[in-house]
Amino acid sequence: MTTLEFKDVTKRYRIRGTGDFLALDKVNFTLTSGKTIALVGQSGSGKSTIAKILTQLERATSGEVLLDGKPIPRRGRALRSYRQQVRMVFQDPFASLNPYHTIRHHIERPLRLDKVVPNEEVENEVYRLLERVRLEPNDVIDRRPHELSGGQRQRVAIARALASRPSLLIADEPVSMLDVSIRLGVLNLLADLQRENNLGVLYITHDLATARHFSDEIMVLNRGVVVERGNADDVILNPQHAYTRELRDASPNPDKHFAAPGTTSPRS
Amino acid sequence: MRFFLRRTAFYLFTAWAAITINFFLPRFLKGDPVSAYIAKNQGLISPDAAAALRTLFGLDKNQSLLEQYISYWKLLLSGDLGRSFSKGLAPVTDVIASALPWTIGLVGIATIISFVIGTTLGAYAGWRRGSKADALIPITTFFSTVPYFWLGLIAIAFFATTLGWFPASHAYDKGASPELTWDFIGQVINHGTLPALTIVVSSLGGWVLGMRNMMVTVMDEDYVTVAQAKGLPPRKVLINYAARNAVLPQLSSFALSLGFIVGGTLVMELVFSYPGVGKLLLDATNAKDYPLMQGLFLIITLTILVANILADVAYAILDPRTRQSEA
Amino acid sequence: MTLDKNQERIVTSDNLLTVSNFSVMYDVDPPVEAVRDVSLTLKRGEILGLAGESGCGKTTLAYGIQRLLKPPAVITQGSAIFHDKAGEDIDLNSLDEKQMRAFRWNKASMVFQGAMNALNPVVNIGKQLGDVFTTHRPELSRAERHEESARLLEIVGVGRDRLRAFPHELSGGMRQRVMIAMALALKPQLMIMDEPTTALDVLVQREILQQISDLRKEFGFSVIFITHDLPLLLEISDRIAVMRAGKVVEINTAEQIYHHAEHEYTRKLLASFPSLTGERGDFVRGTSSVETGA
Repeated sequence: MTTLEFKDVTKRYRIRGTGDFLALDKVNFTLTSGKTIALVGQSGSGKSTIAKILTQLERATSGEVLLDGKPIPRRGRALRSYRQQVRMVFQDPFASLNPYHTIRHHIERPLRLDKVVPNEEVENEVYRLLERVRLEPNDVIDRRPHELSGGQRQRVAIARALASRPSLLIADEPVSMLDVSIRLGVLNLLADLQRENNLGVLYITHDLATARHFSDEIMVLNRGVVVERGNADDVILNPQHAYTRELRDASPNPDKHFAAPGTTSPRS
Repeated sequence: MRFFLRRTAFYLFTAWAAITINFFLPRFLKGDPVSAYIAKNQGLISPDAAAALRTLFGLDKNQSLLEQYISYWKLLLSGDLGRSFSKGLAPVTDVIASALPWTIGLVGIATIISFVIGTTLGAYAGWRRGSKADALIPITTFFSTVPYFWLGLIAIAFFATTLGWFPASHAYDKGASPELTWDFIGQVINHGTLPALTIVVSSLGGWVLGMRNMMVTVMDEDYVTVAQAKGLPPRKVLINYAARNAVLPQLSSFALSLGFIVGGTLVMELVFSYPGVGKLLLDATNAKDYPLMQGLFLIITLTILVANILADVAYAILDPRTRQSEA
Repeated sequence: MTLDKNQERIVTSDNLLTVSNFSVMYDVDPPVEAVRDVSLTLKRGEILGLAGESGCGKTTLAYGIQRLLKPPAVITQGSAIFHDKAGEDIDLNSLDEKQMRAFRWNKASMVFQGAMNALNPVVNIGKQLGDVFTTHRPELSRAERHEESARLLEIVGVGRDRLRAFPHELSGGMRQRVMIAMALALKPQLMIMDEPTTALDVLVQREILQQISDLRKEFGFSVIFITHDLPLLLEISDRIAVMRAGKVVEINTAEQIYHHAEHEYTRKLLASFPSLTGERGDFVRGTSSVETGA
C-alpha cells in the first residue's frame, strides 16, 4: 500500500511588478493505491501546478509532499525510486514520445533502467506490456510514434508508464487531445489497469463527466483552493459549494436538457 | 513607458562599456607607439598634441589610471579623438569626418534600396507561393552567394571597361574637389552607381528569402483567413494583414544591417577604390595608426548601438506585444 | 413555456441555404476526398450543428461553402445556393471573385476558434472591426465607422472603451466576443461558427453560447455550428448533421438524434460522452466498449 500525501501545500509565484500569484493555497489530499481521485478545475485553477510539483518541475513554497510518510527526495537513488513508484501520463502523447525512437525503445528503457526484469526477459516484458494496453505488439513494436494514431500513441505512453511497475499514476488530461470516439476507450483502459494493478490514480481533468465516471473521489480546485471534495457521485449530483454547482450547470448535459418535456430549444 | 526607460538604461550601459573598453585597449598594447612616433618626428609635434596623445595612450605616468580615465572622457566629450599618425597629425575627428559621408551615403542608400526592393519582391513571392514568382529565390540567392569581390570585378570589367557606362573607381572625377554644384553631384552619382548596384544585387537575396519565408508562415495564420473571410480585397489582405506582420522580423535585421554599414564595406571600397571608412580602417591598420583605429572602432561600435536602438523603437511601435512582455 | 414560442418565431420554414451534392477533394498524391456528396438545407433562423471528429470534413465543408479553400483543395462537384432575404437566389459557385468578396461577411460571416489566432496580434481590435465597414460600407464616414464598431463591442459586452485594445490584452473569452461582434457587424443572415468555444473554459463557454443564443433571437440569423462536442450540440442545435469521412451519415433534429439515432456511428459518438448526471456508468446512450487498437 503506497500513500502520497499533500500537506498544506502552498505554491507562490513571484511576478515582477504585479506582486505574488498564489497558485496553490494550503492544498491537502491523500492518494492511496487502489483509488482514483479526480482533480477537477479550469485553466488557472492550479491543477497543473500540482502535476508539476509531483514531477519535481516545481517545488512547493511551503507545506509537505510525502510518499509513504517521507518527503520527495531531491536526488540520488531515493529520487529514482520515487520516480519508479510515481509515473506520469501526459496530455500530448506526441510531445511525450521521442519521434526518433521506436516503440520498443520507449518501453525497454524504463525496464532496463529500473532493472524491472532480468535482461533476457526484457523483450517478453515489452510484448506483455503492449498487450496489456490492448495493442497488437507485432504491429507497433518497430514503428516510430508518428506512424501511430493518437490513441495508439497514448496507449504506448501508458505502457511506458506501467513498465516500471509503479504504484501511483498521475494522468494529466490524458484524453483531451484525442479524438472523441477513442477517449472512452483509453479511459476504460486506464480504469481496467487501475483495478488489475491496484494502482492509485490521480486523474487531472477539466471534464466533470469523465471525472465522475472514472474516479472514486473528486476534488474541485478553484484558484488554488480545494473548494469541495468527496465521493464522485455526491460532488456532481449534489454539489455543496457554489463553484462546483456553477461548473456542473455550465457543462453540457443533454440528459437534463431533454429530460424536461418540450424544451428542444437552445438554452436561453 | 517603463519599457523605453529600461531599454535606454541598457543602451547607456552598453555605450559606457564600449567606450571604457576602448580606453583600456591601447593600454594593454605592447610597446610604446607614441614615444616612437614622437622620436621619429622630433620637433614636429606641438606640446599640446603630445600631451593629448599621451593621455589617449595612458603614457602620462604622472597621472593615475582614474585621472587618465577622466581626462579621456573630457577629450571625448569635447569631440577630440586625438591625432592621426598616418594623416599628418590631422585630428582623428576630421579624418573620419572626411570618409564617413561617402560610406554612409553610398552603402546607406544601397542598403535601403536593397531592403525595400528585396522585401517587396519577397512579399510578392510569398503571396503568390508556387507561382512563377518563386523563380526569384534561386536567382537572387545565386547573386548573394557569389563572393562580393568577384561580383565587383566582373561588374567593373563589364560595365566600366567593356561598355564604359560607369567609371571604374573613386567617388568623383580626378581633379574635382567636393563642392555643392550640379556637376559635382552628377559625378558622385555616376561614380556611385556601380558600387551601389553591386551591393544591392549581392544583398537582395537575403531580404527576398527572409520576407518570402515569413510571408508563407504568416499566410497560414488564422487571422489572414479571417481577413479573407471578411471579404477584404486581396491587396488589403496582403498589405494590412500578411505583409504587415511578416515584415516585423525583417525590420530588426534591417536596423542591424544599418549598423554594419559603417564598418563592413571594406571589400567594396577596395574593389572600387572608394574613399570610405573601410578603406580608412585598412590604411590605419597598415600604418599602425592607433589613434585613428581607436576612433574608428568607437564610431563603428556606437553606430551599431544606435542601429539597435532604432530596431527596438521600430519594433515597439509596430508590435504592441513587445511593449507588454518586456515591461 | 415562452421558449417554444420564441423557437417558433426564430426557425422559419423557408430555406436560407441549400447545399447539393457538394464534394471537395485535396488534390495531393493520392487524392483525398475530404467532403463527399454532401447535401443539406439550412432554414432561416436555424442553428444547424455539424458534428464529427477531426478530419471528418466538417471544417472543409464550411470553408467550401464560403469558397475559402486554398489549393490543393478543390470543389469537384455540387452547388451551394444562398436564398437571400431580398428574394434572390445566389449560386455561390457562379460568383466571380469580386462578387464573392462582396457576399462574404455581408450575407454570411464566420466565427473562428477565437482564443487562438483569429485576431491579428499587432493591430488593435477597433481597426480590425473597422476593416469590415471600410470594405463593405465605404459610404460610412470615419466617425460613423468608429461609432458602429463601438456599438458592436457594447452589444457583445466587451465595452466601447476596448476599441483601442490589442488582442493580447484581452482574455480568451473577450477575444471570442470580439470575433462575434465582428461577425455581427453587417447583420448577416448566416453565421458559420467553427469550434467557437472549444479552447474556452466551461463557464466562459456557457456565457458565449448564451450570447450567441440571445443575439440570434434579436437578429434572427442562422447558424452553422461546427464542433466535435456532441453533448453541446444536442443542447444548442435545432438540427444536427453528423459527419464521418467526408459524408453526412445522419441529419435530424437534436431530439431525434438524442433519442433515436439511426446511424451506428452517431450512436457510437453519443456513447463516447459519459453522462454528467445520469446513472453512474450510463453514457449518453448505449454503453462503452474498450476499443482495441483504436
